[in-house]
Amino acid sequence: MDKIATRDAYGKTLLELGSQNNNIVVLDADLSKSTKTNEFAKAYPERFFDMGISEQDMIGTAAGLATCGKIPFASSFAVFATGRAYDQIRDSICYPNLNVKIAATHAGLTVGEDGATHQALEDISLMRSLPNMTVITPADGTSAKALIKLAAEHKGPVYIRLGRPSVPVIYQDTQQFQIGKGIKLKEGKHISIIAAGIMVSKALEAADALQKEGITAEVIDIHTIKPIDKDLIIDTARKTGRVITCEEHNIYGGLGSAVCEVLSENYPVRVKRIGVKDTFGESGTPDELLKKYGLTSEDIVMAARELL
Amino acid sequence: MDTKELQKIANQIRIDIIEMTYEAQSGHPGGSLSAADILTVLYFHEMRVDPNNPRWEDRDRLVMSKGHATPVWYAALAEKGFIPREEIKTFRKINSRLQGHPNMNDTPGVDMTTGSLGQGLSAANGMAIAGKLDNKDYRVYVILGDGECQEGQIWEAAMTAAHYKLDNLTAILDHNGLQIDGPNKDIMNIEPIEDKWKAFGWHTIRIDGHNIGQIINAIEEAKTTKGKPTIIIADTIKGKGVSFMENQVGWHGTAPNKEQMEKAITELKERGERIG
Repeated sequence: MDKIATRDAYGKTLLELGSQNNNIVVLDADLSKSTKTNEFAKAYPERFFDMGISEQDMIGTAAGLATCGKIPFASSFAVFATGRAYDQIRDSICYPNLNVKIAATHAGLTVGEDGATHQALEDISLMRSLPNMTVITPADGTSAKALIKLAAEHKGPVYIRLGRPSVPVIYQDTQQFQIGKGIKLKEGKHISIIAAGIMVSKALEAADALQKEGITAEVIDIHTIKPIDKDLIIDTARKTGRVITCEEHNIYGGLGSAVCEVLSENYPVRVKRIGVKDTFGESGTPDELLKKYGLTSEDIVMAARELL
Repeated sequence: MDTKELQKIANQIRIDIIEMTYEAQSGHPGGSLSAADILTVLYFHEMRVDPNNPRWEDRDRLVMSKGHATPVWYAALAEKGFIPREEIKTFRKINSRLQGHPNMNDTPGVDMTTGSLGQGLSAANGMAIAGKLDNKDYRVYVILGDGECQEGQIWEAAMTAAHYKLDNLTAILDHNGLQIDGPNKDIMNIEPIEDKWKAFGWHTIRIDGHNIGQIINAIEEAKTTKGKPTIIIADTIKGKGVSFMENQVGWHGTAPNKEQMEKAITELKERGERIG
């Protein structure tokens, strides 16, 4: 299976967007080699602004640019892009509903060796509680590319959550995406696995393993956490009656919480949430961390067995 | 418009500030009165704006980074014709377009939403960068509070403006020396404030922020200063124009009662007559 990091997809997509639309401008906070905005910087230096290590100012500047018709992509690591600049995102972007895209790379545990200070495990929670904000977590390079393009066309604030390591390619280039519409990757009748980001490929692996035990799992990629695809979530719960959510994020406030909100109000079923269980991470390789914190396909399989 | 006429407008704006905060029984008269002369010069002498087309692309922009000073801004916008005069009575009331702190989507003429201190200069920088990218000749003005300069983001933004040589940007510091808890020098000293901005690469001008002529000249000097942003440090008096409010910390965010309102308006009207 091919592998590509969603941040690499971001860098390439920015180049395409930059050639198509002069209003696309890119800001970074001294991490352009890691966030991959350096490719845009080389191609369109006049539309690239390195803001130095000042995320709050970067977000505010992006807001000002947006009031003048620019489409700024403000980029940094997820932990700094959200937590460090939360008040600026809230008051300078979301309240006035400005057309700013926040592209946050290095989200979740898979930042790896940098440890807890660099592992954003609460960014989805922070961003999805802000009115006007759209929250997108692509599962692979193909979906990242498509969803970043859709984000550029969308009018209003968008948070795009991207990862550091290469992840398996799930989608064909021909796959259609729509903001707010999840994708059913696998039909099943015994259990539903609703995943986002890098956990989608783990969910698919888990579904394959379960199939060997005669259990068919429905696998759904909720690439847009907000607005969330309520219909798809309710439909699959109605069909299988059991739901597992999977995310590289704290179990509080992210995808699991969002799915529980939809189900408890519309079609209550039992839910098990795979995610980081309200703790900080630590240094380690991405795979070691996913294992230690319970985010592997085996963890999903075990959760399924418990639910059945 | 001559100086005398501008002084008259500033005086009317001060009357409106008192009426607005009295009507609302809420709001920030002190730091609004201190900025009345500055906003008067901006709107009635300097800025290229069109009240009939508030989102005109080529307009000069104003960001009120000290977002609590809405009374002075709304009064100036009403005076200029952006909002109907009678609407200022709805200030801070439910369903009003005149929110306690400015929201660009509610009020015509408000170019940026502010309220959480320290954010306005960054937004103004973004507007100035966009102006340069688009080869537009509009100018961007941002009103800063002195207490607000305690926010770290102000200095991040100060670096950005100098780094990107934003000479189409003018910051005006309403330097009245007082913040909610007391004098700046006792709460968190910001001095030497002019040296700080100089050290950050800005052209600085120091003026009496209640002298119309000095405000006009400073803005003119800023416009002709190339290659760097300009900050006008305007020494002002909090509560300026109302004797019992002047230099009083307590009037930062307190509305006058009926008696105080009447006393203030009588004073201001007498002042207006003295201008002639």
